Amino acid sequence: MMKNANRSSAMLHLVARRAATALPSLLGVIIVAFALTRALPSDPAAYFAGPAASQQAIEEIRSRLGLDRSLPMQFFAFLGELGQGSFGQSLTTGQPVLEDLVRRLPASLELTLFGLLLSVAIALPLGVLAATHPNSAIDHACRVISTAGVSLPVFFTGLLLVYVFYYLLGWAPAPLGRLDSFSTPPPHLTGFFTIDSVVRGDYQLLATTLAHLALPAMTLGIFALAPLARMTRASMLGVLSSDFIRTARASGLSRRTILLVYAFHNAMLPVLTTMGMVFSFLLGANRRGGAGVLLAGDRLLRVGGLNSLRLCTRPGFCPDARRPVCHAQPVY
Amino acid sequence: METLAHLRYLLAENPLTLAAAVLALLLLVGAILGPSLAPYDPLATNTSRALEPPSWGHWFGTDQVGRDIFSRLIVATRLDMVISVAAVSLSFALGSCLGACAGYFGGWLDRLGSRLMDTIMAFPLFVLAMGIVAALGNTVQNIVYATAIINLPFYARLARAEINLRREAGFVEAARLSGNSDARILAVHLFPTVLPTMMVQISLNLGWSILNAASLSFIGLGVRPPTPEWGIMVADGASYIISGEWWVALFPGAALMAAVFCFNLLGDGLRDLIDPRQRT
Repeated sequence: MMKNANRSSAMLHLVARRAATALPSLLGVIIVAFALTRALPSDPAAYFAGPAASQQAIEEIRSRLGLDRSLPMQFFAFLGELGQGSFGQSLTTGQPVLEDLVRRLPASLELTLFGLLLSVAIALPLGVLAATHPNSAIDHACRVISTAGVSLPVFFTGLLLVYVFYYLLGWAPAPLGRLDSFSTPPPHLTGFFTIDSVVRGDYQLLATTLAHLALPAMTLGIFALAPLARMTRASMLGVLSSDFIRTARASGLSRRTILLVYAFHNAMLPVLTTMGMVFSFLLGANRRGGAGVLLAGDRLLRVGGLNSLRLCTRPGFCPDARRPVCHAQPVY
Repeated sequence: METLAHLRYLLAENPLTLAAAVLALLLLVGAILGPSLAPYDPLATNTSRALEPPSWGHWFGTDQVGRDIFSRLIVATRLDMVISVAAVSLSFALGSCLGACAGYFGGWLDRLGSRLMDTIMAFPLFVLAMGIVAALGNTVQNIVYATAIINLPFYARLARAEINLRREAGFVEAARLSGNSDARILAVHLFPTVLPTMMVQISLNLGWSILNAASLSFIGLGVRPPTPEWGIMVADGASYIISGEWWVALFPGAALMAAVFCFNLLGDGLRDLIDPRQRT
């Protein structure tokens, strides 16, 4: 009992220490985000005031927004707002940023999850096959596919898929949103249209949602293929050459058991780590960032008027209808 | 000599690397000779021949204002290559210096540098690049700076880790005992040992940088139309793909992909050459 308590407190201590090392970076992120928003050439006051506003009205709004104060003062005001969980208002929608984020996040999450699922379904078998047949045709194929996947600009993959599946084959619906213009979204429960429509038992809506999800999810999936397939291959190769696999072989276990039960389970650990990274990459945030950066980044974009771009992983969110493609951001 | 033999062995083992090398050479030729290879003026419009599909006269067809896509593609090679090479050289020079000093001297320099790199890495890198270009202004120079900044941590961390590892190595101790200054040890004895690993990073990074620059142009930040640039050309073609004019977006997109693909393969090939165990 005593021992357990000690252990959990030691664990807590460790977690706290780890979290504390992120603090300087977090501060750095806030400073950079602040500096970038202030360096942007656009004038939020003039934007909020509208094109017909007089100079006096603009000045009034400026002082209401606190933009007439000195930069250090503005920075502390910004810190205070962040501390209270307020992220200001979006330039494009006029809504509080937090509200926009909460409203849009499920869409991004849903898309990212489907993309990841798709790439896992392809990457894991591919990686395992490549590892069990090194330097074979399938190994080379794995290398080509994964390198090609990471070389394709995401915006270009999206375009290609739209051309093939919408224009040529006519399989995919018009790439203009999460749903057809004539279907109504399901009542808001989770914000995941797939889950919400299943809960309501509306399978036609589910089909529409999935059809609209397919191309963007494929676009992201193709990009995520490379790191997952490579990591699976490398990790499987490492495990397959280890002693316990040799022992398992010597004990006469079947190839299937060795591969699936012994090797695969042990090889999955680094792959899972990679998956976590890829997921956050796909969401558009770096793995270190977490939620705080997501929001700080959004504020950065908000003042730049670029707000829509960031969460515009789904075509329907793009105000710029000239580009009916999903442009999820390329990841590094 | 041995390296050459090893290189030949690797190329024979892995025909993909050979293909990548040939492709890289082609890109280089396109970048150097670009404008003199193009059959048409990349900016000359001809609205009576707009959106023509590929033909003998126009190999890759024409765009919405009748410009020859093949010529624009070739001329754009130089701009894209210059942006990525400049950005990668900048981040290599700065990042490796910073990382090498941090790794060698340690102390507050190391802590400060590492936190700084963590801060950069904490941003979604493309979003950071967008912010930088939007804040500094829409010029080619600023794309180079933004791309250099987001690539900086990779070099700094690599140099720091490698130098830190060898700081107390025998040959460094020997150099120190024979009276070399710290600066000389760093520059002459330690830095060259990091270069092979750096080369791999540089090759991979060239591909990323091209992708980054093109993505910035695609969303309307960076290079401005009508300058021929691959990302802009894909953006131009994006609206026509729905109506079936595939060639406007396909060829520049394919060029972009080929360039990135070739640098990625080259990077992998180099890694095999330097450290076969790391192959994934």
